[in-house]
Amino acid sequence: MKRDMICIICPRGCSLCADIQGENVTVTGNACPKGQEYAINECTNPVRTVTATVRVSNRYNTMASVKTLTPVAKDKMMEVMNILRQTQIQAPAKIGDVVLADVCGSAIVITKEIL
Amino acid sequence: MISHDIVVVGGGPAGMAAAIAAYDAGCQDVVILDREPHLGGILMQCIHNGFGLHKFGKELTGPEYAAIYEEKVRSRNITVFPETMVTSVSPDRVVTAQNRQGIMKIQAKAVILAMGCRERSRGALNICGSRPAGVYSAGTAQKLVNCMGYQVGKRVVILGSGDIGLIMARRMSFEGAKVEAVCEVMPYSGGLTRNIVQCLEDFGIPLYLSTTVVQIHGKERLEGVTIAQVDARRQPIEETKRYIPCDTLLLSVGLIPENELTRAAGIPIDPITNGAIVDECCQTEIPGIFACGNVLQVHDLVDYVSDEAERAGLGAVKYVNGLNKSENTLQTKPGNGVRYVLPQTINSTEEDVSLFLRVTQPFGKVKFTVSAGDTVLAVAKKLKAAPGEMEKITVKAAALQNITGPITVSLEEL
Ligand code: SF4
Repeated sequence: MKRDMICIICPRGCSLCADIQGENVTVTGNACPKGQEYAINECTNPVRTVTATVRVSNRYNTMASVKTLTPVAKDKMMEVMNILRQTQIQAPAKIGDVVLADVCGSAIVITKEIL
Repeated sequence: MISHDIVVVGGGPAGMAAAIAAYDAGCQDVVILDREPHLGGILMQCIHNGFGLHKFGKELTGPEYAAIYEEKVRSRNITVFPETMVTSVSPDRVVTAQNRQGIMKIQAKAVILAMGCRERSRGALNICGSRPAGVYSAGTAQKLVNCMGYQVGKRVVILGSGDIGLIMARRMSFEGAKVEAVCEVMPYSGGLTRNIVQCLEDFGIPLYLSTTVVQIHGKERLEGVTIAQVDARRQPIEETKRYIPCDTLLLSVGLIPENELTRAAGIPIDPITNGAIVDECCQTEIPGIFACGNVLQVHDLVDYVSDEAERAGLGAVKYVNGLNKSENTLQTKPGNGVRYVLPQTINSTEEDVSLFLRVTQPFGKVKFTVSAGDTVLAVAKKLKAAPGEMEKITVKAAALQNITGPITVSLEEL
């Protein structure tokens, strides 16, 4: 089975074609090795980095931006969001601070300093 | 009046990178003025990732990318005036600014303009209908959601498929809203392909090309919009009109470089880029005033903003050190299939010169040719080219010697 897709790893956006033969996936169209990894992942276990915000309980009208430290399964994105919606942090917070250690297989870390 | 060597107007990605580059090139008296309380500019509300792939080889979020530069600003002796609004820049480089302490006038040896851009608003579109709440520019909605934690709406239509519109489609979906449609008046999207995949396709959001919003309905709050397909002349086709109920309309319909200060200083503006006309060091037609980042040309990648700002910073230091423009200036011109070329002039041919350009419409495989009369200076081939993706072609210094006439960049489809 052949599947066409666009690589989303970098802005170049190569048009990839993955040829799936059972366990084996051969990728063409990628300008770099990351594209091959992406296409294989898309066919077997698609993943995405989720970026979002959490409320800062001791600051008025302030959100701290966060991300999953590693990409999570694509179909778990909404689950991650549902957990983050109920999460609050306390200021001050620094970039890289761990908010939650394990949400759908990834840590959630702060991406914006809150003084 | 106080005086400083280099005054940078704007503390976003362009302003910070320009200030750092100038400082590192040996100018110890650099000042940044910014109207916001924090450095970082628009990056602070761009919480998604994808920044820094070219500059740092990794995917950063906007605030993380800004933090790297802010750290560099703080660790140098660069003075930052936050919450300070520049109200004028004179052709002889007097910068007037205002903050809570009052008004200050700074005589600068060189000025770097890095004010960024703002969004085109509903008024520029002439959409008929009432003026209910719920119509936002996409960037305003982004700030409300990402920085202040408001949910701006639950049922959303987005007009314009530029990157901000696409990013907001995903963001609103994450926040529990239903994004009904993204409409794009052009027959192609203005955003990066990767954003169409990860922001629309991942969430099953339809993208309607050659389609626009023709009417806004609702009195107090937006109740719905009428969309319609458009013909080749971008006129709505009556039979295709369709009503979509929604409480929010986000407009992502283009960015306008914020050049009020530039115009008031009498700096000539390129009618296509809507930014200043500059040479390869980002120096405007008024000596000692430089421009970089989105105030010069709207970029799609912040990495290229930083690169451009570094050139401006270095150019400003050269100017402060007494290096003036030479008499011989080469003009650059867009040719077939090219909308604009920046820099518009080339002043020094001592080093390689990078030309930045955008194409007029999407193309497949193309060959770009940089030529002066019959002399070919550089060629570059690309697998595809689209208006949403800026192209860069470098011309070797050796090729520029003995050239007098204008330099044209044109493309042919292969
Ligand atoms: S294949 Fe490599 S170059 Fe092409 S889009 Fe993916 S990461 Fe970028």
